[in-house]
Amino acid sequence: MVRFEFARGAIDTASLQRTLRDPACGAYAAFEGWVRDVNEGQSVRALDYEAFEALALREGERILNEARERFGVAHAGCVHRLGELAIGDLAVWVGVSAAHRHEAFLACRYIIDEVKQRLPIWKKEHYLNGDSGWVNCERCAAGAAHVAHAHPAS
Amino acid sequence: MSSAAGGASGAEAAPLYGLVLAGGRSTRMGQDKAALRYADELPQLQRAVQLLEAYVVRAYVSVRADQAAEPLRARFAQIRDAHDNLGPIAGLLAAQAQHPQAAWLVLACDLPLLDDATLAHLLRARAPTRSATAYRSSHDGLPEPLCAVYEPRSAAALRAWVAAGRNCPRKFLLSVDTELLTEPAARALDNINTPQEYGSAMDLVRQKTAPAAAATRNLSVQYYALLREQAGRREETLLTSARTPAELYAELSRRYPFSLPAEMLRVAINSEFRDWATPLQEGDAVVFIPPVAGG
Repeated sequence: MVRFEFARGAIDTASLQRTLRDPACGAYAAFEGWVRDVNEGQSVRALDYEAFEALALREGERILNEARERFGVAHAGCVHRLGELAIGDLAVWVGVSAAHRHEAFLACRYIIDEVKQRLPIWKKEHYLNGDSGWVNCERCAAGAAHVAHAHPAS
Repeated sequence: MSSAAGGASGAEAAPLYGLVLAGGRSTRMGQDKAALRYADELPQLQRAVQLLEAYVVRAYVSVRADQAAEPLRARFAQIRDAHDNLGPIAGLLAAQAQHPQAAWLVLACDLPLLDDATLAHLLRARAPTRSATAYRSSHDGLPEPLCAVYEPRSAAALRAWVAAGRNCPRKFLLSVDTELLTEPAARALDNINTPQEYGSAMDLVRQKTAPAAAATRNLSVQYYALLREQAGRREETLLTSARTPAELYAELSRRYPFSLPAEMLRVAINSEFRDWATPLQEGDAVVFIPPVAGG
């Protein structure tokens, strides 16, 4: 049975899918997240994923358990890549098997949404123009600094 | 039917007023004892008034007439001595004359080791049907008259005592039905009269307060993503006096050029999410979590 895992090399979705097979399950739903070549208007060349693994593994397991409890699905798994990835690479895989398609789709959607919001995983984008930046960090930090300057203390 | 509580509890205790004695001449100290400061940086007189205010309806400072305008004493409600050369008993006599219905919690202003626990214990043990409640000195077993409660009924006896030419407050407490208590902490009622005693009390006060102020702990901190780059390291162990993750991040932000304000971060201690106000313990592993971007 698949749980939450990190992978440092390519993710083999075919073998992951086999681990979710169950005679009681008539539905399998999966989500794959791929590296896109543009983010917020900038051309992306490659990216790096980094994680605080001890906490991410615990929190990832919690998310999978929540999905099983909420939607009554039989099996759920998630694998996230770490390290450098190129355009088109598979960055994250979520797979769910259940008796019927409805709960399988819902659980799959729930897992990827929670993973993106809750797990301590960071993504550094390398742009074609040579720049790079931590997604969700650099812009907000600059925004916070701007606010501070706009309202000087005293 | 529940039985009525016995004897004394039926009578209402007199309202408690406070009197801090600051009428001394500080001859042996060579400087005004009321103005001396210890670790908490407050002049002794002000510290004594603050300690006592928590327990009394009104607080007064006892002064000689010629001290009334002195700036430190002028900040407080005063009761002026009517007698010269009676020592501390003059202050209590004047207070009892002015408010005869009140019981008086009397405190000397030169008790730097007196703490709230000692005062609280005195007032819990107060015996309103006796003339007074006082501690027995841990040095000589005699009553401590300058951290004590004097009930209204002690006033007539005290006037008679003074009229008979006596002025020792310890002997006065021995002559009436004083409730005597054991001092909860040795030295809590040491009074300070000379520069040598001042120095030795200062050391004791420092020992009591220093361990809390200087408490430090060894922590490990791991850095990820943007914080790792800005700190220039993946992890470190450090000795810090920070008590919470919030204080620790403030301390690290002075050392490293962190651009992320704390409001944008989350905190993990020993690989679990925790609140910013969680008390840090020796050996904790702390991680500050920048905005995440998985998936």
